[in-house]
Amino acid sequence: MTILKTEQLRAYYVLDMMGTKKEVKAVNGIDLDIKKNEVYGIAGESGCGKSSLLKSLYGLIEPPLRHIDGKILYNINEEEVDVFSLSQEETRKLRWEYISYVPQGSMSVLNPVTRLEETYRDFLESHVPAKSKNEIFELAREHINKLGLPQKTLKAYPHQLSGGMRQRVTIALAAILKPEIIIADEPTTALDVVVQRGVVQLLKEVQNELNNTIILVTHDMGVHANIADRIGIMYAGKIVEEADTETIFGAPKHPYTRYLINSLPQFGDKSVRKSVPGSPPSLDKLPDGCSFNPRCPHAKGRCFERVPEMVEVNNGHRVACWMEN
Amino acid sequence: MKIFRLFKDLFRDYRFAVSACVLCVLLVLAVLSIFAPNDPALWDVAPKDEAPSFTHLLGTNSKGQDVFWEATFSVRNSLIISVIAGSVSRLIAVIIGMVAGYRGRKTDTFLMFISDSLLVIPLFLIIVMLALLIREYMNLVTLGLLLALFGWAWDARVIRSIILTLRERDFTYTAVLSGTGTMRLVFNEYMPYATPLVFSTLINNMSWAIGLEITLAILGLVNMDIPTLGTTLQWAISKQAILLGYWWWILTPIVLSVLLFIALYWLSVSISEYLDPRSRIQRVGGA
Amino acid sequence: MSFIKRYLIPRLIQYFLVIFVGVTAVFFIPRFSPSDPVEKTITQLRSQGSFLDPASMDEFIEDLTEMYGLGGSLPEQYMDFWKRLFHGDFGLSFFQFPTPVIDLIAVSLPWTLALLLSTTIIGWVFGNLIGGLAGYYSRKSWSRILDTIAMIVRPLPYYIFAFALLILLGFVFRLFPISGGTSFGAAINFSWNSIMDMLWHSFLPALSLVILGGAANFQTMKLIVQNVNAENFVQYARIGGIKERRIVGRYVIRNAMLPQFTNLALSLGQIFSGALITEIVFSYPGVGTLLYNAIITGDYNLIMGIIAISIVAITTGILIIDLLYPLLDPRIRYSQGK
Repeated sequence: MTILKTEQLRAYYVLDMMGTKKEVKAVNGIDLDIKKNEVYGIAGESGCGKSSLLKSLYGLIEPPLRHIDGKILYNINEEEVDVFSLSQEETRKLRWEYISYVPQGSMSVLNPVTRLEETYRDFLESHVPAKSKNEIFELAREHINKLGLPQKTLKAYPHQLSGGMRQRVTIALAAILKPEIIIADEPTTALDVVVQRGVVQLLKEVQNELNNTIILVTHDMGVHANIADRIGIMYAGKIVEEADTETIFGAPKHPYTRYLINSLPQFGDKSVRKSVPGSPPSLDKLPDGCSFNPRCPHAKGRCFERVPEMVEVNNGHRVACWMEN
Repeated sequence: MKIFRLFKDLFRDYRFAVSACVLCVLLVLAVLSIFAPNDPALWDVAPKDEAPSFTHLLGTNSKGQDVFWEATFSVRNSLIISVIAGSVSRLIAVIIGMVAGYRGRKTDTFLMFISDSLLVIPLFLIIVMLALLIREYMNLVTLGLLLALFGWAWDARVIRSIILTLRERDFTYTAVLSGTGTMRLVFNEYMPYATPLVFSTLINNMSWAIGLEITLAILGLVNMDIPTLGTTLQWAISKQAILLGYWWWILTPIVLSVLLFIALYWLSVSISEYLDPRSRIQRVGGA
Repeated sequence: MSFIKRYLIPRLIQYFLVIFVGVTAVFFIPRFSPSDPVEKTITQLRSQGSFLDPASMDEFIEDLTEMYGLGGSLPEQYMDFWKRLFHGDFGLSFFQFPTPVIDLIAVSLPWTLALLLSTTIIGWVFGNLIGGLAGYYSRKSWSRILDTIAMIVRPLPYYIFAFALLILLGFVFRLFPISGGTSFGAAINFSWNSIMDMLWHSFLPALSLVILGGAANFQTMKLIVQNVNAENFVQYARIGGIKERRIVGRYVIRNAMLPQFTNLALSLGQIFSGALITEIVFSYPGVGTLLYNAIITGDYNLIMGIIAISIVAITTGILIIDLLYPLLDPRIRYSQGK
């Protein structure tokens, strides 16, 4: 069952620099169909529009980012709701109750001058009907306990916690109202490997517990392999390949996906890991044809002329590459 | 051509346009003092206490002087004091900031203690005490230097922190390893980073100096024979111009100084916003 | 533990060092000056027409030397100076002879403290409140209008602003008394009339200090709030659907207040100087007017006493603010060694 759907979604940064208009095509015609109870991974290099896509999915399109066209549909209690048709107060209410968010880099996202229990209280009191302060704290304590985080973190100030603990606290916070969807934006970046494991573990636990959907964005293919059920590969504002995790890692079709996977270390393979050659295109000056053509070893003819469409090559395996058409 | 474009950009800000025009008028006024018919120190060169007329544009005062020509001198002299105070204190700030930032350790601790103390102590009182003691030697230059001694603390701090970050950059290591002398490194390589700051605070510091000069004049601590915005105002007050209703005499220095302060402030705000749109917090010397 | 070592001790050291250096400066500056205060006093008296015969002249010089604490070697004088300071003894005022300097200051100080404390607090609270709102609603037209007003008021020095207010509201419109702390000859007591009279007389000086202080706080607070508004934790709270009123109060204002607290400490010296200058404009019976009279009459002991006490008072005020700051900022209260 679909929980979140986008139809040809476009959102650009429209910048006015010294009289010349500039359009940065961060989200450039994206079709997603995310199912209930799955972990959907979105992968891609930095600057490919991942974060802008996330913001859009969250219904948070604010200047300079602008919604150009396309739709975002939430499935709320079996009913399709167009995000752009909602009032401000309606969107505010959906946040955290229906869809919540785990931010990138938890260092600066928590109010530095209050204890964490106060932050929990702010979130709870803004969404649940009036309860006494103690009931709210009790709720937070229970929640924290269930997720196996030490209780004393609630009494701590953000600067007293380690980076990994802070990130876990924000994940717990995102889960507190049992939302249908949790969006996680690079939750493991800037953490060391051991701590990353714990964070990924917690995300899995939360998903098992709540039976909900997680949309996970990270450039780290290792994390995707670990947790995602399905993966969408994003390049220059578009999804260029999408399949379940096994297929993506086992039989990738798009040359870009192959590069991403080959850059991962593997047991027993001692050859030097290669990263993707060249650098990502700037989103305000995309090349003609397929956006990947300057970096693609197989680019020829029509790759330079027309943008390839997403086609289904196998059951649930879609790819946008001329080699597959 | 680059300069031309710079000014075109700056003039888009109405504050820059207004303040530049006002300052130009005031500068012209200061230059006009060259054509003054009389030595400003002379009394009784005009009829006393006359209201503005065609012969005396801004009237005359109780000392028998033309208020307009007195004003040209006072604007000129106040500007001279402020330029001396501003530029000398900038020089001190650059030297102290660079030495503290580059030498570090004990030199740094010591110099920053002095500048912190200067920021904390009610400077106005210290300046009053010093002014009291050099009262007989007061002229435009000594007053400018006196004010310069106290106007550098904040800038020295900021320059020091700029140097501290530059010291950790690669080009410093390259330069040191290739045998560039300390002084050359500091002044050739680091100075360009500190220059924009020095220019934008110069204006604030000038404004502070003019304000303090007025205060010292009211306290009678400057040479009352040299016309400045402060002494002109003090003469008008002490000769009871308010009670006698000689509004032209009392209002001239007040209006001129208000224009000057606002123009200098707007100029510095628009320039520093242009240089760095993010950090727009301005610090105006008090007193 | 690390809080005491990293925060408390450096501040206490700084506090005592600044007082030490400041008071030492007050001691040495007159002694290294090119003019001798004794000689100066005598010339001043002569110019006022007093005549003294040579014998009583010598005696007089001796008395003056004694009075200014100029007897003995420099180190002796210095030690003596500190000793007297601890007893609050700054010698006798010369022009209100033989009143001790400390008594004159004791009469004026309450006036200054009342004016200074009330205007600083009012200016700080209102400036920050309005500045905070203006920063939050920075696109509204009232915010821009207030900003322009602040841009005009802010650069004016205390003297010019107070004087302009005096002329406008005291002389042109005659709304408020133009000088003094009470009506002429009125007794000072705690009756309703006396208090109203004092408030009425301090209205203009207070108004000018509140407006100037408020404008400065308004401007910085507006900028700080605009910056804090863009901080990640505010964006995150907004993303989390926290009610806007709660975000303004507990996230934006709460955090923006912290630098303003530090700024208050840093500008206390300036604010104090401004209050003295404003007092002079309105002949308000505080330390500023006392200082003015001391300067006009060349009363060295009184000037030195005022300056020494001011330095101690201001640095103490700053220390108090510094000591209160950790109560607001847990990052300092619970700092962890790295």
